[in-house]
Amino acid sequence: MSRSHVVGDTYAVTTRNLIAYRRVPELLVFSTIQPVLFVLLFRYVFGGAINVPGVDYVDYLMPGIFAQTVVFGAIGTAVGLANDLQSGLIERFRSLPMARSAVLTGRTLADLVRNVFVLALMCVVGVLVGWNAGNTVGGFIAAMALLLLFGYACTWIFASVGLAVRDAETAQAAAFPVMAPIVFASSAFVPVSSMPGWLQGFAKYQPLSVVCTASRDLLLGTNTGGHWVLGALAWCIGIIVISAPLAVLRYRRSA
Amino acid sequence: MTTPEGRSDAIVVEGLVKRFGDVVAVDGVSLRGERGKVLGLLGPNGAGKTTTVRVLTTVLSADAGRVEVLGHDVRRDPQTVRTIIGLAGQFAAVDPNLTGRENLRLIGRLTHLPKATVGPRADELLERFGLVDAANRPVRTYSGGMRRRLDLAAALVHRPPVLFLDEPTTGLDPASRLGLWELIEELLAEGTTVLLTTQYLEEADRLADHIVVIDKGRVIAEGAPTDLKATLGNTVAEFGFADTATAAAAATAAAPFAVRPPTVAGTAVHVELADGAHALLEVLRALDLGGTAPEALAVREPSLDDVFLSLTGHHAVDDADTGEGAR
Ligand SMILES: Nc1ncnc2c1ncn2[C@@H]1O[C@H](COP(=O)(O)OP(=O)(O)OP(=O)(O)O)[C@@H](O)[C@H]1O
Ligand SMILES: [Mg+2]
Repeated sequence: MSRSHVVGDTYAVTTRNLIAYRRVPELLVFSTIQPVLFVLLFRYVFGGAINVPGVDYVDYLMPGIFAQTVVFGAIGTAVGLANDLQSGLIERFRSLPMARSAVLTGRTLADLVRNVFVLALMCVVGVLVGWNAGNTVGGFIAAMALLLLFGYACTWIFASVGLAVRDAETAQAAAFPVMAPIVFASSAFVPVSSMPGWLQGFAKYQPLSVVCTASRDLLLGTNTGGHWVLGALAWCIGIIVISAPLAVLRYRRSA
Repeated sequence: MTTPEGRSDAIVVEGLVKRFGDVVAVDGVSLRGERGKVLGLLGPNGAGKTTTVRVLTTVLSADAGRVEVLGHDVRRDPQTVRTIIGLAGQFAAVDPNLTGRENLRLIGRLTHLPKATVGPRADELLERFGLVDAANRPVRTYSGGMRRRLDLAAALVHRPPVLFLDEPTTGLDPASRLGLWELIEELLAEGTTVLLTTQYLEEADRLADHIVVIDKGRVIAEGAPTDLKATLGNTVAEFGFADTATAAAAATAAAPFAVRPPTVAGTAVHVELADGAHALLEVLRALDLGGTAPEALAVREPSLDDVFLSLTGHHAVDDADTGEGAR
């Protein structure tokens, strides 16, 4: 398998997955409606009751929304792969002389591109509700890059889920209970200090919280020493290093 | 290409075993597909047809046995095998969100056709399969038959010399089925080797040069369609009479010439004869002498269904209808 085939095949599969997003816009709409509702809910309903010292609540909230959006969006990776397994498309791919890796990387890269669109849309929503979009352009770009990397890491976890369950409904049903604690027992919407002591340790250092805190630091220019950013990078890379080979292994086995 | 044995077999399977947990899906199947011919794999639900095809197409790995396509071992050299095979699986494997044209182009790119030929090849196949009008519609909107045709087109994109078709006409109406048969015959004329699985005896009879009958993961018979019928079957004569009494009397009169006691169903009598024309003449003479001349007569070669019945003790088609719950 020559290198040019790996690149060409990955590109072909990525494009194919992106066409599906374009042709079934519901997929994108559903993955943005929920975070938009969360923005409205937390900005206007709960926000008044949540006290975050030293920062406007909306500036605290938006990085949490972004992180939550890319995590939930990763369900799309599982759903996409489960659908491809179910429809027999993966079986056909296995019988083709294409690069073995292209099915999974083409999927996760398409979902990375999708995340760029979804995050851009959420930024617009944020600005509309008064988010300041960061103090520096560099900080903004760095925060978005970090969130995209985090989203990319999540898609690898959910690639395994999609290959394991083999049907889209199950993928969705299986994903939610796993995601809920990660999304809600976190610093995404409320400061960890408001939580019971036994939960604080988990809530503060679990990956989504670390990514949220790091994004806030980058956007607001706080804590420029950056140990949260390093922590977030470590989480993302750690997740990819572990979950990508697992997904590849699953792909090799699931026939 | 000639295999080490010196025969021009495009497909070689020897002692193939594939288990899924406790289920032995394929239990020591051996078969050979001659180059440029159609090998028919015939068997009821759960016989192991799809599993055999999936091993041959490198989708599954075997637990035991030797499997080669055009001399390339599927285990040692799967990537080469993939360049020379086309697979149209049991269920159409096309992307519902892409258009027909996009589907074929995707396969063209993934089989590494030269860039400039990807588009023209897709258009050529759309034309050939009567999908030009639907070419730019998402496959989601296609009928089952259209999907099947597109799926077969997808298997042909890179002009594979060996083609695997898993129940290609299941779920097609009679006209589409006929169209597909003609298409397969065209591919044969172009020199393609085909392995075709089917539950339809008529289909194997019409298309296959050599038939392997499998049941419960084992080969239970094989041969050319005519040989299979000749070794196992007899001539079947169906008589129709004016009334049931005559029918009963005729059955008794015909009995000495039949290989087993004739069966009577109302006014119809079913007689199986050992050597076609001669025995038939004897029966007719006896009926005429006995004053029980038939009103209607149909003589037919035994169908593959008759063959299947005598091999397995159950009808192939009935078995298919009751599905896997039956075993
Ligand atoms: N992935 C699998 N996991 C477990 N069992 C399987 C799997 N695939 C096939 N089997 C079992 O192996 C046996 C053979 O199945 P196979 O699909 O090869 O039959 P088939 O001849 O193609 O039948 P059909 O005519 O229904 O398509 C069946 O008993 C089936 O239940
Ligand atoms: Mg089958």
